[in-house]
Amino acid sequence: MLELEARAEPSRLMSCLSPLLAVALMLAGGLLVFSALGKDPGEGFRVFFLNPIKDLYGISELLLKATPLMLCAIGLAIGFRANIWNIGAEGQFMLGAVAATGIALHFDASDGALLLPAMVVAGALGGAAWAAIPALLRTRFNANEILVSLMLVYVAQLFVSWLVFGPWMDPDGFNFPQTRMFGDAALLPALLDGTRLHLGFALAITVLVAGHAFMNRSHAGFRMRVAGQAPDAARYAGFSAARTVWTGLLLGGAAAGLAGMAEVAGPMGQLTDKVGSGYGFAAIIVAFVGRLNAFGIFLASLLMALLYIGGEQAQQYLNLPSSISMVFQGMLLFFLLGADVLINYRLRLRRRAG
Amino acid sequence: MDADLFTSMLFATVVAGTPLIITALGLLVSEKAGVLNLGAEGMMAMGAVAAFAATHHSGAPLLGVLAGMGAGMAMALLFGVLTLTLMANQVAAGLALAIFGVGLAAFVGKPYEAIALQAVPPIRIPFIADLPLVGEALYNQQALVYFSWALFWAVLWFLHRSRAGLVLRAVGESPASAHAIGYPVIRIRYLAVLFGGAMAGIGGAFLSVFYTPMWAEGMVAGRGWIALALVVFATWRPLRVVVGAYLFGGVMITQLFIQGSGLQIDFPSQLLSSLPYWATIVVLVAISRNAGAIRLNSPMSLGKPYRPDA
Repeated sequence: MLELEARAEPSRLMSCLSPLLAVALMLAGGLLVFSALGKDPGEGFRVFFLNPIKDLYGISELLLKATPLMLCAIGLAIGFRANIWNIGAEGQFMLGAVAATGIALHFDASDGALLLPAMVVAGALGGAAWAAIPALLRTRFNANEILVSLMLVYVAQLFVSWLVFGPWMDPDGFNFPQTRMFGDAALLPALLDGTRLHLGFALAITVLVAGHAFMNRSHAGFRMRVAGQAPDAARYAGFSAARTVWTGLLLGGAAAGLAGMAEVAGPMGQLTDKVGSGYGFAAIIVAFVGRLNAFGIFLASLLMALLYIGGEQAQQYLNLPSSISMVFQGMLLFFLLGADVLINYRLRLRRRAG
Repeated sequence: MDADLFTSMLFATVVAGTPLIITALGLLVSEKAGVLNLGAEGMMAMGAVAAFAATHHSGAPLLGVLAGMGAGMAMALLFGVLTLTLMANQVAAGLALAIFGVGLAAFVGKPYEAIALQAVPPIRIPFIADLPLVGEALYNQQALVYFSWALFWAVLWFLHRSRAGLVLRAVGESPASAHAIGYPVIRIRYLAVLFGGAMAGIGGAFLSVFYTPMWAEGMVAGRGWIALALVVFATWRPLRVVVGAYLFGGVMITQLFIQGSGLQIDFPSQLLSSLPYWATIVVLVAISRNAGAIRLNSPMSLGKPYRPDA
C-alpha cells in the first residue's frame, strides 16, 4: 500500500513542482466537470482555457484582469510569510476604491496632472487605513486578525453600497447604484491603443518588483520571514512582534487599496456597488499558488485571470453559470495544498506483511 | 415597549441565533479535538444550497436538513483529508474550503435562484406555549430551534460527562499523549471534523429552508465567520456559545426592527446593517484582550498538525 515517509529535509524541487502538479490536476478535474455537466470536454477546454488568449486583445484583457490580483496577492504574501493572516483584502480593495473615488469626485473639474497621483496615494492610504483596524486590535487587544479583517469586508461592502445609493449617487444615473463617470484626468491612460489595458498594469509590475526587493533584500523583510518561520528565534533576536503585524497588514492593505484605485480609475471609470467582485479573496489563492514570491505570484495571477475570463466565456458559449470560475479556483488551491504534502514527505510503496 | 413587540422581538432573536448556535457548537467540538476549521462559511453555504434543492424536489424539509447535513459533512471530509491525512496547514485549507464552498454553492445553486419554498409551520408545544410574553416566542418555534437546545445539552454532556468526550479533549490538548495511551488520534479528529461539518450543514439548511425559505448567492452573509468568532468569544464553553449567539441574534434583529419600524431616524439602512459585524469585532476585542483567558481555555494543540509515528 502507499505510505507517506518523512523526508530528511523539505524538497526544494517538489516545492516548485507542486504548483504545476496542482494545475495539471485542476485541468484534469476541469475535464471531468465538463463531462459531468454533459458538455464536450474538448470543447469546454477550448472555450475555457484557449479562447480567452487567442489574440492580442484577449491577452490584453488577461493582463487587465491579472492586475488587481497581483497587486492584492503581493501585499498578502508579505503578511502570510510572517504568519499574519490578513484575509480582508477584499474590504481594503473597496476602501482604496472609495478613497480614490472621493478624490476624483471632489476635484471633478480639475484636469491637473496631479489628480491621478493623488488618487494613487489616496487609494493606498484608504486600503492601509482599513487594514490598520485589525492591526491595532491585534497588537493592542490580541484580537484575531483573520476574523476582524474578514468582518470588515462585510462592513466595507455595506459602506460602498451606502455611498453609491446615497450621497455619491449619480444624479443623472436613473437611480442606478453608481457614481458619476470620472473625468478624463482621473482615468488611468491606456497602455496599448485599442485595448482596455491601462497604466495600472505597469504600476502592478512595479509593486511586484518592490515587493520582491522588500521581502528578499531588506532587513525589515528578513525580520518578517524570521517571524514567520521561527517565531522563537525572532523573539530571541528582539524583533518586535507588533511591528511585524503592523508592517504585514499595512503593506497588504496599501497594495489592495492600490488595486481598488486601479479598478475604479481603469476599466470601471466610476464607483459602483459591484466594485468588489472577489479579487481580494482570489488573491489569497494567487499568493499561495505563487509560493508567496513575486515571480510566482505574477504567473499565478495570469492563471487566475484566465480562470475568471474562462468563466465568462463558459457563460456566454456553454451556457454555464460564471461562478464555475470559483469552482476551478477552489479546486486549484485544494490540489496545491494536497500536492504540498510531497514537499515534506515522499510516497512509498510498501507491501503489507503476510 | 409593549408586550407584543417584546414577544415578537424575542421570537426573532431566537430564530436569528439558532443557525449560529448549531454551527458554533459543531465547530467547538472540532476545535476541542484540536482542529481549527475556518471553512465554516463554505460548509454552511453548501448545506444551505443542498438543503434547499432537496426540499424543493422532495417537498420534505426533513430530507432537506439531511441533505444539508450530508453536504456539510462532504465538505468537512475534504478538509479532513487535506489537513489530517495530507497534513496541510489548517488555516490555509480552511480558507480554501470557505472560498471553494461559497463558489461551488453559487454554481450549483444557480438554477434555484428566484424559487421560493413553502414556509414550514412551527411546532407548538402544548401548554407552555401559552405562557405570557415568552410562550409564543420560545415554544411555538421551528423544529431546528428545539434541536439547537437539545444539541447544547448533548454537547455539554458529551464533553464534560462522557468518557468519549474526555478522550476527545485529550486529543485536543495533547495528541502525542493520547496516541501513546493508544487512542486513534487521527480517527477521532476525523469524527470531530465531520461532526463540525454536519452541524454547519444543518445551520445552513436552517437558513435556506426555515429562516428565509429561498436560496440566494451570498445568503450565509458571514454567519460562518461569526460562528467561528463566537467559539473564541465563548472561550470554548457551550453555555457561552448559546448566550453569545442570542446576543448576536438580538443585535441583528434590533437593527432590522429599527429599519422596519418606520421610526423617523436619520440613519442609513446600510450602515445599520453593518452593526452585527461591528458587534462581532467589539466582543472579539473584549474577550481577546484578556490573553491569559484565551490561552488557558483554548485547546493546546489547536491548529497544529499531528502525525503519529508509525
